[in-house]
Amino acid sequence: MSNLAAAGEEPEILFWVGCAGAFDDRYKRVTRAFVRILEHVGVKYAVLGMEETCTGDPAKRAGNEFLFQMQAMQNITTFEGYGIKKIVTACPHCFNTIKNEYPALGGNYEVIHHSTFLQQLINEGRVGVAGGGEFKGQRITFHDSCYLGRANNIYEAPRDVLATLDADLVEMKRSKANGLCCGAGGAQMWKEPEPGKKDINVERTEEALAALDGNAAALDGLLGVESGNAGATPAPRNGQQRSIIAVSCPFCMTMMSDGVKNKERENNVQVFDLAELIATAEGLNA
Amino acid sequence: MHFSIQNILFLLVAAAGFGLFAWQVRKIRANILVGRDRDMSGNVSERLNKTLLVALGQQKMFKRITPALLHLIVYVGFIVINIEVVEILIDGIFGTHRALSFLGPLYSALVGTNEVLGALVILAVAAFWWRRNVKKVRRFTGPELRMWPRLDANIILYVEVILMVALFTMNAADLKLHQIEGVDLPGAFPISSLLTGLLPDNAAALEILERVGWWAHIVGILCFLNYLPSSKHFHIILAFPNVYYSRLVPQGQFSNVDSITHEVKAMMDPSYQVPAPATNPDGSAMAPTPFGAKDVNDLAWTNLLNAYSCTECGRCTSVCPANITGKLLSPRKIIMDTRDRMEEKYNSPLIFQPNLYGTEAKHAEPEVLDKENHTLLRGYVTPEELWACTTCNACVEACPVNINPLESIVEMRRFLVLEESAAPNSLNVMFSNIENNGAPWAFSPSDRFNWADELYVAAK
Repeated sequence: MSNLAAAGEEPEILFWVGCAGAFDDRYKRVTRAFVRILEHVGVKYAVLGMEETCTGDPAKRAGNEFLFQMQAMQNITTFEGYGIKKIVTACPHCFNTIKNEYPALGGNYEVIHHSTFLQQLINEGRVGVAGGGEFKGQRITFHDSCYLGRANNIYEAPRDVLATLDADLVEMKRSKANGLCCGAGGAQMWKEPEPGKKDINVERTEEALAALDGNAAALDGLLGVESGNAGATPAPRNGQQRSIIAVSCPFCMTMMSDGVKNKERENNVQVFDLAELIATAEGLNA
Repeated sequence: MHFSIQNILFLLVAAAGFGLFAWQVRKIRANILVGRDRDMSGNVSERLNKTLLVALGQQKMFKRITPALLHLIVYVGFIVINIEVVEILIDGIFGTHRALSFLGPLYSALVGTNEVLGALVILAVAAFWWRRNVKKVRRFTGPELRMWPRLDANIILYVEVILMVALFTMNAADLKLHQIEGVDLPGAFPISSLLTGLLPDNAAALEILERVGWWAHIVGILCFLNYLPSSKHFHIILAFPNVYYSRLVPQGQFSNVDSITHEVKAMMDPSYQVPAPATNPDGSAMAPTPFGAKDVNDLAWTNLLNAYSCTECGRCTSVCPANITGKLLSPRKIIMDTRDRMEEKYNSPLIFQPNLYGTEAKHAEPEVLDKENHTLLRGYVTPEELWACTTCNACVEACPVNINPLESIVEMRRFLVLEESAAPNSLNVMFSNIENNGAPWAFSPSDRFNWADELYVAAK
């Protein structure tokens, strides 16, 4: 961003990478995939690089309002310095915080989550027209992130993005507004869970696997799933085929990946972010 | 019209019933208003719209179809029967008989509908009783459903049956009396006409039965009305204001703490003028309000309204990921604790004192504290419950009357962190990482751009 500003140029969007996108080895791949898409479609973007700092989301959810506001004011000062108007991010937590909580501190921006941004690119015909690619016919289930779905009512954008892959999309028993948390929100990412019967991400992964495997019996083993709900159970399929859990949040990525490892299914079930799926389908993720 | 001693008696009973109810409501209103001020004015049309959909229209009930249909029967029955209550009040005061019968066919339709709904209510109540006591639906068995909430739920069901039986006794006796006298009784009686065979043929006995039914129905209603404030059944009234005053902002948006904003602004810009602290009417400085919530009066009044609107259905708890996976947190318990604490702290206005009805095993064993520290936080809600929350908003989404347990949870977390520095140690590590490195993980800010190393980008 500083380079662009020095050259007197203004980007169309500021790509807010987020701490996970910058530091988490797994999510760095998502950051790169999204950047490849931006380069591919020729969107003029900028990143803040070392001038970026935590939005303050985990501090705020944990109750540390003071630290949150310090971080928020610092970021708002940076945004104002560059005259930023439009921000895109791959992290629903950063998205929610900047979009909903910065205005009370004087920061008003158009904030877009990358699922909505990708949906727009697809609608404009700039991405995904080739159709499916290597994901054609593969079984994919989408895990709703709380901070995208319930927190901000975004349910269709990620599903529209997945629909362009021409894959076999299946829904989990608990989805959309009834989706189950991955277990990492509200600053849980940074602490051990309280004692209980099971970790939340394991429960959620079991549900995702039940959907992907078409295994209705597995649902009976889940906690708190009411039987007899709507939603046809997909036909069982060969357990050896590769299936995908699609996510659109770095925390969900970590939690679902850990869950798949916990169930020892990493040989045939993979967790991908929407941006990675699109970049791969477009042949950009070399 | 024959004005008699009965009418005077009725006037006294009705005045006592409504007067006592008004007294209880005033006390509850005062309890709610001990909460912190929060401006909920404006957006009237949007709020009314939401109230119509969610409260009157039962929109969120229909996430679960079976209980929604059963609830709808009792709810519609309640509304239609209220029209009959108006008639009973008129008859009671003026000594008339079936004062609304001048409505003709409309009256027949009204009474007929009422009868059918009355029968359906009995069936629905039986189904509710079975779900609660025999089938033991999981969300009705949480540890926070101790002795009183359990009893309360069943009392409501029994009273509803008694009221319906009184209604049918009155109608059937009235109908048979008219049949014996060969006079046409205005109204349609699809159910009572089936019941007349059960009644004696003696006109005097029928007259007494009709009066007994009439008085049992109206006195039952007045008693029930005064039972409501002690009960979860109070939701039939408070659901409406509770939905009206529920949040309109996205669920992910947590409240801003303005006092902290002033401090942070003053830190960043020394010339920033912090507004003068609020003063008492006599000009003295007000006691400083703590950050977050330790006790019920630190919560916003809307959070307290939430607590009185809760019907303890447990839909919040049954979708809570922490609760599902066996952790201590139960959003319903947080809300019920808030109400119990209000009743304890502010001299309960209620006739029944729910707190006195025993505390069967509570969810978590609260700490035994001295009087000063016996507050909502720690006295009722333990930090372990609060720290199990993932702030996923599932409880907020699930509540049929738009209660927001998450807001109360976050307020208590704020108190733990900002006033007591009592966050779990791993969260304190996360805080200091953000302070020192600008990221919740211990990475150097100078590594923030390393992701691009493996990427060919024309210009960094």
